[in-house]
Amino acid sequence: MALFAVAHAGRYVAAAYLVFLALVLIYVAIMASKLGRIERELGELVELSRRSSATPADAHTREGQPVA
Amino acid sequence: MYGKGLRGLSIATVLTLVGAFALVFFYAPTDADQGVIQKIFYVHVPMAIVALCGFVFAAAMAIQHLRTGERRYDLRAYVAIHLSLILGIGTLISGSIWAKASWGHWWVWDEPTLVSFLIVVLLYACYQPLRFAIEDPEKQARYASVFAITAGAFVPLNFLAVRLAQAYTHPRVLGTTGGSMPGSMRLTFLVSVVGMALLFATLWKYELASKHTAQQLRALRARLTGDAAAPTVRSGQPALPAESTV
Repeated sequence: MALFAVAHAGRYVAAAYLVFLALVLIYVAIMASKLGRIERELGELVELSRRSSATPADAHTREGQPVA
Repeated sequence: MYGKGLRGLSIATVLTLVGAFALVFFYAPTDADQGVIQKIFYVHVPMAIVALCGFVFAAAMAIQHLRTGERRYDLRAYVAIHLSLILGIGTLISGSIWAKASWGHWWVWDEPTLVSFLIVVLLYACYQPLRFAIEDPEKQARYASVFAITAGAFVPLNFLAVRLAQAYTHPRVLGTTGGSMPGSMRLTFLVSVVGMALLFATLWKYELASKHTAQQLRALRARLTGDAAAPTVRSGQPALPAESTV
């Protein structure tokens, strides 16, 4: 009987600690998704800056090519 | 920069929390009155204390914002309230579980501690909608700071009102009756509070670093695309100057 009472109470204790764990994990998961978005945006910006710096050079090469 | 010292803080948080939980389950004695259920105390009360301290800290940051006009304090208050609200919700849920196990009810409406804490959480739940309701970033930051100060002042007042109330079902932890914890329980409780405070500090810095980086990225995008009118933040979030290193 005493063992049953401890097991029954243990479920509530486990539930309370799981609530805490779940909150932290959900928070970390949301932050991870935000980090993924930042990484994606950074990749886009790198691509954008690469393209914008490559464009004048391309134009220069084209200008230097012999005209048929 | 907000990311500075985050690694050490994260390690300290993990070590303290693991240590606290080890103390809870392997060191702290089982309560003679409540038995194993009392172990909820070591997660429920630290969450409540840190959440309330977080609200007061946010009020202090909001005062700094109104005093100096620097937007970084608004961002700090915003993140502190956000985290405190999460801990507040955790407190309500874990408290409900404890109440069900101990009193046989999920909630007791005539208990001042429970109801007043619910009021505080509901009050702060209005903070985000308030921000999103105001378009102008300057006005939004100012009104949000006024809200954070007013609500922050309500937290200690609320604490005092509960102390002065006569009818108690909920036990008092930091009062004259709850001060008679055995040394092992007291040590476990203190380590749990420190662990929870460190967790708050780590997540606070983590979120600040994330938000600051996202804002800087948007500012950089606006500069690269030549779209200076592009918003650097979502409408309800505090904005920082583009060159801000905070």
